[in-house]
Amino acid sequence: MTILIRNGLVVGPTGTQVTDLLIRDGVIAEVGTGLSAAGAEVIDATGCWVGPAFVDIHTHLREPGREAAETIESGANAGVLGGYGALVAMPNTEPALDNVALVSYVLAQGAKTRLDVAVAGAITVGRHGTALAPIAEMAALGVRLFTDDGTGVQNPALMRRALEYTAPLGVRLAQHCEDEALAGGGSMNEGAVSARLGLIGRPALAEELMVMRDIELLRLTGGRLHFLHLSTARSLALVNEARAQGLDVTSEIAPHHFTLSEEACEGFDSLFKVHPPLRTSSDVLALRGALLDGTVDAVATDHAPHTPELKDLPFDEAPAGMLNLEHAASLTFDVLRDNPVGFFNVLSRGPARIAQLRREDHRVGLSAHGGALSVGEDANIVIFNPNETWRVDKHQLASRATNTPYHGRELHGRVRSTIVRGSLVVNEGELQ
Amino acid sequence: MSLRGQNLLTLNGVSASTIVEVLDTAESFVEVNQRTIKKVPALKGRVVASLFFEESTRTRLSFETAAKRLGADVVSLAVASSSVKKGESLRDTIATIDALGLDAVVLRHKSSGAAVQVSRFVPDVRVINAGDGLHQHPTQGLLDVFTVREILAERQGALGSETGAELFKGLKVLIVGDIRHSRVARSDIAAYSALGAEVRVAAPGTLLPNDLTGWPVTVVTDFDEALAWADVVGLLRLQHERGTGAFVPSLSEFTFTYGLTAERMASMDPRTIVLHPGPMNRGVEIDSLVADRENAYMTRQVANGVPVRMAVLYLSVAGTKELE
Repeated sequence: MTILIRNGLVVGPTGTQVTDLLIRDGVIAEVGTGLSAAGAEVIDATGCWVGPAFVDIHTHLREPGREAAETIESGANAGVLGGYGALVAMPNTEPALDNVALVSYVLAQGAKTRLDVAVAGAITVGRHGTALAPIAEMAALGVRLFTDDGTGVQNPALMRRALEYTAPLGVRLAQHCEDEALAGGGSMNEGAVSARLGLIGRPALAEELMVMRDIELLRLTGGRLHFLHLSTARSLALVNEARAQGLDVTSEIAPHHFTLSEEACEGFDSLFKVHPPLRTSSDVLALRGALLDGTVDAVATDHAPHTPELKDLPFDEAPAGMLNLEHAASLTFDVLRDNPVGFFNVLSRGPARIAQLRREDHRVGLSAHGGALSVGEDANIVIFNPNETWRVDKHQLASRATNTPYHGRELHGRVRSTIVRGSLVVNEGELQ
Repeated sequence: MSLRGQNLLTLNGVSASTIVEVLDTAESFVEVNQRTIKKVPALKGRVVASLFFEESTRTRLSFETAAKRLGADVVSLAVASSSVKKGESLRDTIATIDALGLDAVVLRHKSSGAAVQVSRFVPDVRVINAGDGLHQHPTQGLLDVFTVREILAERQGALGSETGAELFKGLKVLIVGDIRHSRVARSDIAAYSALGAEVRVAAPGTLLPNDLTGWPVTVVTDFDEALAWADVVGLLRLQHERGTGAFVPSLSEFTFTYGLTAERMASMDPRTIVLHPGPMNRGVEIDSLVADRENAYMTRQVANGVPVRMAVLYLSVAGTKELE
């Protein structure tokens, strides 16, 4: 397949230029103005942003175990519609992705989809937080991120051991920071709103204490640590400080945490229930500020499909989490509409670096992501139209689930086309 | 704003005039409850479902009695187990009941917000919150202010309805105990403050909500001083059976610090009104001797529950447009 993208604003790692991109045989064949190619599918990208396809390092694909909510295939379709060329499947499936057989299954199913599916393995067996999972065996299959996302490794001695064990393996641990002793039993942010609603809170401190703890553990052990879905101003400040001190820490924030605040829970609608919870409006502003000043490495979706019958449970009983793959880019654009370089940094280049999916990383079975859009790179590209306005409709999503908190909301900027490994998998907002 | 044709989900944000309308309506129903034939046909032919997903004796009996005295047919479902254990979502349970043809749902649930959610599932049915988790218990709040108004009006030889909200202006109300886990406290505070009372709260630090921003209350630290200050003392049940963790070292320590003991009662103004929503933990938040004394108005609260709930059902259900 040959694709010619004309006149787009091509967004590199440091700057932009209006030019053409020619894609042939799965790679970027030519970059320059006035390109032409016989028989090529031509896309006029005038007014659009052209950049590396997005990389989500935090996707819950639910397979195996909860296919009624999402499958690897439906999640991948949601992903490419959202502009993603690669997803990292989180291990909180049933059973958890804590061994070679399960990781192989997800990789094999992922290889049949329209995009690249990488896997994050569990740190501990069954994500139970008691014994280390076979991390080196999973790493041999190409797994580069390990996490007990959902609860996080609560026991500091075990977390220390995990950091010590993984430091020489070249992989990165990713932590869900919430101290369950403080947050357990809570269903929204602890504060004035939770007190009024009579909902047990999950305090910001539960997250921040674990961020502090893990930074100090990392200082002791060395190695690499990624902080999942940071949600408070203080958490971001702690990670910035650790980075400045030379620790290998990376961080992500999720779209709901920089677009919604705790007041959204006032209607007791569990679509707004998520862990860590939606925080205060000043935290929302701090997260938006971090996107603007580039101090956060990645926007990650924490795409968490749940069936309607579970989301219809009372707020305290309903599972936490919300959909995001299909609108994360638009929500990010809401903050970075004047900064295309920053936009692709947090949606593609930063996450590709964290997940070791770049050209220079030792990938196994996956193409290269988050590149500079130079000749010879694998053609994983998204065309994003900053001028399109659209309305989220939960019934029109590719995801099997409908639990988006943005249903009916008008968003600006939309993914127009997604190219994965040189194939046009989404064009004009439609699956190909 | 009036309760006519509306759901009753919370007392937060409910105005004094809305509350007074309920109290005045309830007063007119007190007389009905004193007749030999204790029935009016106001809700004849209407169906009220009483859905108690959490154990309750007095509130359920009170609501069902109220509905029957208004002539409504009552469909009663008591489900002690959670919807999760039943394997059925709240939405499905409500849809099943709704298929019977309902005018109103009286809902008690252990989860905060359950009544709000149900009101979204059945938009054409009036939903009356009979207590949802730690959130709200609006009819308890209403019957508490009804009881206080009735007592204060009696002392002046007047009917409550002749006084509107006047008797609450500057009234000193002290709410004591497990404010954090109490839906009664949340409804009481909203009702008293809407009517113009000054509300203070007294509790161990662990039983206060962890953020009182926006609450129209002052926290008192000297319980004995506050008892002397108060015109009304509202005690709360210590929810030690809820398993919310060890919030106080022991029940006896709670009694020592915030229990209404006989000694404390002895030093209070005998005209101070003492209320408790029940069921009481005798010997914990209230001494048995105190509970039995005549100026404790708990049995009056229970008796007033019926006319107040009749008023709520009447306004909410009969107040719908089709009947007007």
